[in-house]
Amino acid sequence: MISDFRGRVWKFGDNVDTDVICAGRFINSPVDEMKKHVFESIRPEFAAEVKPGDVIVAGAWFGSGSSRETAPAAIRALGIAAVVAESFSRNFYRNAIAIGLPAIECPKASRIFKEGDTARISFSDCKIVNMTSGESLDFKPFPDEMLTVLEAGGIEHLLRKITALQSRAST
Amino acid sequence: MGATIAEKILARASGKKAIKPDEWVLANIDLAMIHDAWSFVGPILSNAGVARVWDPDKIVTVFDHFNPPPTIKDAEAYKTAREAVKKYKIKYFYGQNAGICHQVFVEKGHILPGMLIVGTDSHTMTYGALGAAGASLGFSEMAYVAATGTLWFKVPKSMKFNINGSLAPRVMSKDVILHLAGKYSENVAQYMSVEYTGQTIKEMSLASRMTLANMTAEIGAKFAFIEPDEKVTDYLMGRSKNSFEVVKADGNASYEHVHEESVADLEPQVALPFSVDHVKPVSQVNKVKIDQAVLGSCTNGRLEDLKIAAEILRGKKVHPDVRLLVIPASSDTYREALREGLIDSLMESGAIFCHSCCGPCNGGHMGLLASGEVCISSSSRNFRNRMGSPDSEVYLASPATVAASAIEGKVADPRNY
Repeated sequence: MISDFRGRVWKFGDNVDTDVICAGRFINSPVDEMKKHVFESIRPEFAAEVKPGDVIVAGAWFGSGSSRETAPAAIRALGIAAVVAESFSRNFYRNAIAIGLPAIECPKASRIFKEGDTARISFSDCKIVNMTSGESLDFKPFPDEMLTVLEAGGIEHLLRKITALQSRAST
Repeated sequence: MGATIAEKILARASGKKAIKPDEWVLANIDLAMIHDAWSFVGPILSNAGVARVWDPDKIVTVFDHFNPPPTIKDAEAYKTAREAVKKYKIKYFYGQNAGICHQVFVEKGHILPGMLIVGTDSHTMTYGALGAAGASLGFSEMAYVAATGTLWFKVPKSMKFNINGSLAPRVMSKDVILHLAGKYSENVAQYMSVEYTGQTIKEMSLASRMTLANMTAEIGAKFAFIEPDEKVTDYLMGRSKNSFEVVKADGNASYEHVHEESVADLEPQVALPFSVDHVKPVSQVNKVKIDQAVLGSCTNGRLEDLKIAAEILRGKKVHPDVRLLVIPASSDTYREALREGLIDSLMESGAIFCHSCCGPCNGGHMGLLASGEVCISSSSRNFRNRMGSPDSEVYLASPATVAASAIEGKVADPRNY
């Protein structure tokens, strides 16, 4: 089971693309360098001010563009606990979950959160709550396949479990 | 109810008789394409204790994005990538002298109709020009594929563009897809499989179809498909010894939308900064001065693209304020262009030739932009922060429009040449 958490909300609009999240030229930089450039072209203060446990709440089609997994990885490296968006690009959604970062699709999320509100995300009952205003929304449960990956903490951890099981079976 | 091309391929790959949209399936992968991403996929596999990949003959690799490496950190990444390619005994490794993945693997006969292919590149759906299902993945999901040969897929809904009318001279398939993006938005095909049909598509060369399928990534799609005809089967003859089966959509397949388009009167199109759906006909883009023109990329760096640019530039010079970069999509394309005299002709006009690779398209190297600079490019994306300074701008257009603009030093109409 993924544990619940609460954090400050950072709000973004529609169509935030992967070059805005973290430009392609940083792909081979260490993740600690890469994370300093997250959203730098639209919100230069973001990387310095964001705190571990904070939440991104965005509009439609978050993460469009590249299939670079460094986009969610750089966001996660800043300590962001989850990205909530009205909808995601396919690549960002799958890549976020593949590294163990919850990408939560919630079509009306933008309406109930303002910049700086506190969000609580509860995976047991699939709810996001605005602790500042008291409003809440349900989100669709993750498909089983995605839940397995998230609960393992990402594909690398899932593969480690699989290879450990295989080597135990063969000895 | 009949099935679309995506439904048929995913059903076959997951061993099911019939599947429907939004269902999740575990599918067997026919081919995995991993480029520079080995520098990430390799360490994930090693950290997870994976000793061997599912099938070293079914993973194809070429290094293209930061090749040859412009910085020490990129060189280090390639070193890691090479070590992984060796460790996992990848059979089809084309090294650093072959070109851009999507062009190389089509030319080398790895891409066959009906295949389910995954790739660590967002333009993997280019393979749909040959009737193959190409889906893009990140590093971790690719590691899962490399280890197991399988991956879960959500079966996409399908939509169709039925396009008719012959394109006017100097109007290219790039103009068609930019027009569709402008008319319907960059999200029109989110998570969908897009099928292209109609007379216009039939008349297109395979190269033009690859441009169309490639850019379908920019309207949000998961797969793009053009039903293979004799142009595709002729192309494959002599390139591949493997047999294949052409997958066609059933007449009574179900589509979320079918858009009818007529492109007989289409004029060249330009996508303005900073999104691919910010599109205007070239005649309505007034006097935008350019500093750089780029002809290349997996979108538009093929022989026919170099040919039309050479035709337009023949006997003329690149504007003195402009650098025209030409990057053939593969070394085979480069050499063919050499044999046909296109390189001599373009260099006579003032073009700068670069080694076959992704070049500045993804902001990697070979022609990044300074603040305030403007570029017209035949590549696929014009997001802010993409090709250099966050304060630079990229306009997207066809190779013909790029060539005409290089002459005039501003965004220009290729129909005047």
